[in-house]
Amino acid sequence: MGQTLRVTVNGEARSDEVEPRLLLVHYLRETCGLTGTHVGCDTSQCGACTVLLDGAAVKSCNMLALQADGAEITTIEGLAPEGGLHPLQTAFWENHGLQCGYCTPGFIMAAAALLAENHDPSDEEIGRGLEGNLCRCTGYVNIRKAVKAAAQAMREGAAAPIGG
Amino acid sequence: MAVTQLIGARVQRREDPRLITGHGHFIEDHTLPGLTHLAVVRSPHPHARILGIDGAAARALPGVLAVLTAADFHKVLSGSMPVTPAFAPEKKYVPERFPIADHEVCFQGEPVAVVVATDRYLAADAADLVHVTYETLPAVVDPEQAMSAGSPLVHSDGPDNIGWDMTYAGGDIDAAFSRAEVVVRERILQQRLAPTAMETRGVMASYSPYGEQLSLWLSSQNPHFIRLFVSGAMGIPESRVRVVSPDVGGGFGSKISPYPEDYLVPAASKILGRPVRWIETRTESVMTTIHGRGQVFTAEAAALRDGTLLGLRLTQVLDLGAYHGTFGAFQACACLMSGGVYRWEAISARTVGVLTNKVPTDPYRGAGRPEGTHLCERMVDRMADELGMDPAELRRKNFAREFPFVNNFGLTYDSGNYDGTLDRALELSDYQGWRQRQAGARGEGRLVGIGLSTWVEICGFGPSAATAGATGGIALVESAQIRFLPSGSVAAYVGTHAHGQGHDTTFSQLVAETLGVPLEAVDLRHGDTAEGPAFGYGTYGSRSLSVGGMALYTASQEILAKARKLAAHLLEASPEDLEFTAGAFTVRGNPQARKTIQEVALASYGGGLPEGMEQGLEAVSHFDPPNFVWPFGAHVCVVEVDRETGAAEILSYTGVDDCGNVINPMIVEGQVQGGIAQSIAQALFEEVVYDEESGQLLTGTMLDYLVPTMNELPTPKLDRTVTPSPTNALGVKGIGEAGTIAASAAVINAVCDALRPLGIHHVDMPASPDRLWRLMQEAGR
Repeated sequence: MGQTLRVTVNGEARSDEVEPRLLLVHYLRETCGLTGTHVGCDTSQCGACTVLLDGAAVKSCNMLALQADGAEITTIEGLAPEGGLHPLQTAFWENHGLQCGYCTPGFIMAAAALLAENHDPSDEEIGRGLEGNLCRCTGYVNIRKAVKAAAQAMREGAAAPIGG
Repeated sequence: MAVTQLIGARVQRREDPRLITGHGHFIEDHTLPGLTHLAVVRSPHPHARILGIDGAAARALPGVLAVLTAADFHKVLSGSMPVTPAFAPEKKYVPERFPIADHEVCFQGEPVAVVVATDRYLAADAADLVHVTYETLPAVVDPEQAMSAGSPLVHSDGPDNIGWDMTYAGGDIDAAFSRAEVVVRERILQQRLAPTAMETRGVMASYSPYGEQLSLWLSSQNPHFIRLFVSGAMGIPESRVRVVSPDVGGGFGSKISPYPEDYLVPAASKILGRPVRWIETRTESVMTTIHGRGQVFTAEAAALRDGTLLGLRLTQVLDLGAYHGTFGAFQACACLMSGGVYRWEAISARTVGVLTNKVPTDPYRGAGRPEGTHLCERMVDRMADELGMDPAELRRKNFAREFPFVNNFGLTYDSGNYDGTLDRALELSDYQGWRQRQAGARGEGRLVGIGLSTWVEICGFGPSAATAGATGGIALVESAQIRFLPSGSVAAYVGTHAHGQGHDTTFSQLVAETLGVPLEAVDLRHGDTAEGPAFGYGTYGSRSLSVGGMALYTASQEILAKARKLAAHLLEASPEDLEFTAGAFTVRGNPQARKTIQEVALASYGGGLPEGMEQGLEAVSHFDPPNFVWPFGAHVCVVEVDRETGAAEILSYTGVDDCGNVINPMIVEGQVQGGIAQSIAQALFEEVVYDEESGQLLTGTMLDYLVPTMNELPTPKLDRTVTPSPTNALGVKGIGEAGTIAASAAVINAVCDALRPLGIHHVDMPASPDRLWRLMQEAGR
């Protein structure tokens, strides 16, 4: 009863037979083995499952895998080339933007989409861009700091383009 | 201890590279060949008799392996889930709790059956097909109603709903009140909170009948205790049970105690002979993971007109839920800490634990100390209001100043400087400036308020003399093992376990500095009962550094003592003539005669050791702290309440804390920022709500349960003072709960200060827009 799903995940073209009701997040985690994308709430408030779908941030727990047919998906594992770090990853590390780390991939992916559109976001714009992501550990202070630091680093051309 | 190269340094966390790249390893990332998936059938009713369970339709689905009920589990599990004697030793009524209901359900979400299937979606489908017939019974969800005569019984065979009822007497309270010139009274609510770790709970188990081995993976703050409890219930020798707690996506106290699924999943694996995994949904989490707080306090405080505090008399009605939490009585420590940082002649505190038809409460970040602080700081502000004194001045007049300070209940505060943190907080927050701006704002009809919270906590659990009885026999000391391998790399094992606190970094800094080896040479291991000393005691109560870190430190000292003997042997010198600096032993006056500790470690595995010396360079140490540790601080919050909407906006937040010496200031700041956020969340946003009539949970998703986003929280101004603890050689205290203990009182005191011109003197939490708007409407009538 499976249907064929054709997607590109982190640059790799794939074709898989999937159940029509399979959620995109479970496709990524279980079929593709990319467990960096997490499930936190099941109901689209927390954003732990955020991935990039054709460059836009989407919540992969609220989308069927088949709805992604034909799309290019980037997960946290594919944000930077193997062994390297994206400026956002570096900035979260340097600014202590994470504690338990469970929400972090979702924050980084949502921030990546934000910075792709806005190279110099204000505090308010960062707040709007990340209003769909919840963190229980940090109080967000260092997350905001990390996003600003990453934006600056990217403006200064220190990094590869998003999704690269 | 001096700040050296690594201790006191803002070292970037070693945990982060895997977590920022998606290579963390949380419970749901674990799998096994042949893994099956378990789903739990839960009671939709707060109280009901189970008349029958029909699993036929579920069993008929292809891929469903079993539908199991209490009758099946009684064959592989025995006993009642544990309840410690902590803090309320005179328990009156402790209902038995088997992990799955067999004839009566007592809270919504209580397990009734489980389904095991080859696929998680299928397991969920099949759980929906299990047909349970219930006869609903009267339920009670309000604790004050539950303790009244004529209340429905939470357990139909119980004598009443009173779990405990005891009074802590600290001094002659009647004498204190007899001298009172001013008395203030208040009723203060602590709403139920859902801890809401971003990662829900999860359990995976694999039982092998060959040699009777059980492996259990679960998201836990406390893997060794889980091993103890589960091995006992399953009748498997503790040594044959391995519990692994991998990366843990937040805990906040909710992953300390054992849960029904911690037993049901391994039991199902034993019954079926297959590995089994269960991952909690968010709705299951809000419904069945422990709640925090849940108390009604009534209090009266007595003082002289000059502001001298005399007496505090209070009653805590603690909403236990349907069963005692394993450490649920811990929240009674709110009573013992209700005097805060002040000198009182007497305090009398009655605590009543009351059963209700709701999920149990248990420790949640701060556990009793936020409640004690909130109560004390609210009462002090009420008193200042009544006396017409500046709240900072009233606090100063009554601060404890001589340390060690013995409070009314005989607890000994190790060190403190409450004037120091308050002075700095007032300066950093521009308190006087805000008072002026407040006067101006009031002149314009705006509602601006300033709130203080000068807090102290008891943490670092804890001395064996105090904790062995509290747990029912296992003292909350801590253990560590350090082992040099021949290559010079160092494996350090601890019995604590991090869930965001960065122990891998902090503890490695401590070991590397103490042993004089590069940070990269140290490998910190925790969370796996198959490694390290026999027992670990877990991470909670801000204990990991002051107890676990000290165990590492004492193990390091033992290693250095042995290494010194061996180095002396190798250098043909006397041990007393050696100096140890920068990781090397040198002979005093002859710096050429030198052996690094890593050279000594290699030699320890060779031949020709001194007479009587064993091979190897390793040590196991258990640290039993002589006292608790007592962090403290002062927080200042400024809010403005919108008259039209009732929304309280935080204009400024300042926190000055003192946790003694600090290993990694970056991590300490992060803990404080997060703690403040969590406490502001209680003050303004979060509340678990049950329908009073039906007993149904109304806040079952994150859409209804308001965890704040980035946009609701301020960026606090932070600073620290340093008053080392005399309790341990490192001079450290604890910081994991500080912000959560401090902030709610500062925020609510500010809200009350803002509303004072309207004649409003108290506001309960959450101070949500609708609550404040209603209060203002009532005040205006």
